Amino acid sequence: MTPGALEISGGETFLFWVIAPLMVLAALGLLFVKRAVHAAMCLVFVMVSMAILYIAQEAPFLGVVQVVVYTGAVMMLFLFVLMLVGVDASDSLTETIRGQRWIGLLIGIGLAAVLGGVVGRAAFPPAVGLSGGDPDGVANPQALARVLFGDYVLAMEAVGVLLVTAAVGALVLTHRRRLAPKQTQASVADARIKALPDGVVLTPLPSPGVYARSNAMDTPALGPDGEQVPQSVSRVLRIRGQERPAPHGAVVVSTGSTREGTGSARDEEGDA
Amino acid sequence: MDITNYVVLAAVLFAIGATTVLLRRNAIVVFMGVELMLNATNLAFVTFARMHGDVTGQVLAFFVMVVAAAEVVVGLAIIVTIFRTRRSASVDDVNLLKG
Repeated sequence: MTPGALEISGGETFLFWVIAPLMVLAALGLLFVKRAVHAAMCLVFVMVSMAILYIAQEAPFLGVVQVVVYTGAVMMLFLFVLMLVGVDASDSLTETIRGQRWIGLLIGIGLAAVLGGVVGRAAFPPAVGLSGGDPDGVANPQALARVLFGDYVLAMEAVGVLLVTAAVGALVLTHRRRLAPKQTQASVADARIKALPDGVVLTPLPSPGVYARSNAMDTPALGPDGEQVPQSVSRVLRIRGQERPAPHGAVVVSTGSTREGTGSARDEEGDA
Repeated sequence: MDITNYVVLAAVLFAIGATTVLLRRNAIVVFMGVELMLNATNLAFVTFARMHGDVTGQVLAFFVMVVAAAEVVVGLAIIVTIFRTRRSASVDDVNLLKG
């Protein structure tokens, strides 16, 4: 061993053997999980673990960038698109190309074998390490910045142009031309006035009933004639059949008797 | 522990990502497979930087991250556009050019 050889601490070994199997499991989840959202969550786990491994490998700047850029921006973008496309968009299991699954699996295993063979047979030089435990060593962000803005300044500029181009490209791609004129408050009001002969009500609908013993969305109000006003209960509740009759005492006014009152209320509920 | 273990982990993750690209039909999941492959190469870059004691590997990993971010933006925009016109995010449904 050379004098500057890298000593990997027991803590890092432990960290690796805890995180690496979990990472591989989560990555396999990407392969086997049915729903795209779960796959995204698996990938988020892999990326956060990757950030931990970067920090353990003397790359604290890259670890932070990994969390901010990948889990913070890229994966959130993925989730946004999943929400746009529909969370339930799961894979169809019918094969359009016959035998594609087995061929794909074979190619994947073959790739793994080739990569494993290359890594296993390659002769790596003895690891040197970046800073040798020194916090001001070559791995700190200042050293990284010196290389980035010194040797690679042209690439840095090109990457900046690439980012701007990508942003503009995404805007252009997702831009939708407006097919109908924009609806303003005035145009909506005009349309409602025009629809008056078709039975549209201009005023707000009556609010639900407020009584001494019940004060809830599902109790209809009583009109001036003592009849229940069905429109005062939300349409959704009416369709679901969750509407409740107005309390006994209130109905007495219109029908004259408590017993009949409840009866008529029940009938109306049945009609609704 | 040998530092090569990190390289092996990167190779395994890369192979899993490639298999995801080959097997899955949902375009978004296929895209996640591409991201996994990019991440695996980044891990290899960081490991090699540490192995050789040269910070340039980390700079290259940084560039890979930036390019991946740009790629994700454009790719997802394309997926959204295809979904708007075809109502599907499956890679098998995009067969307009098929004779």
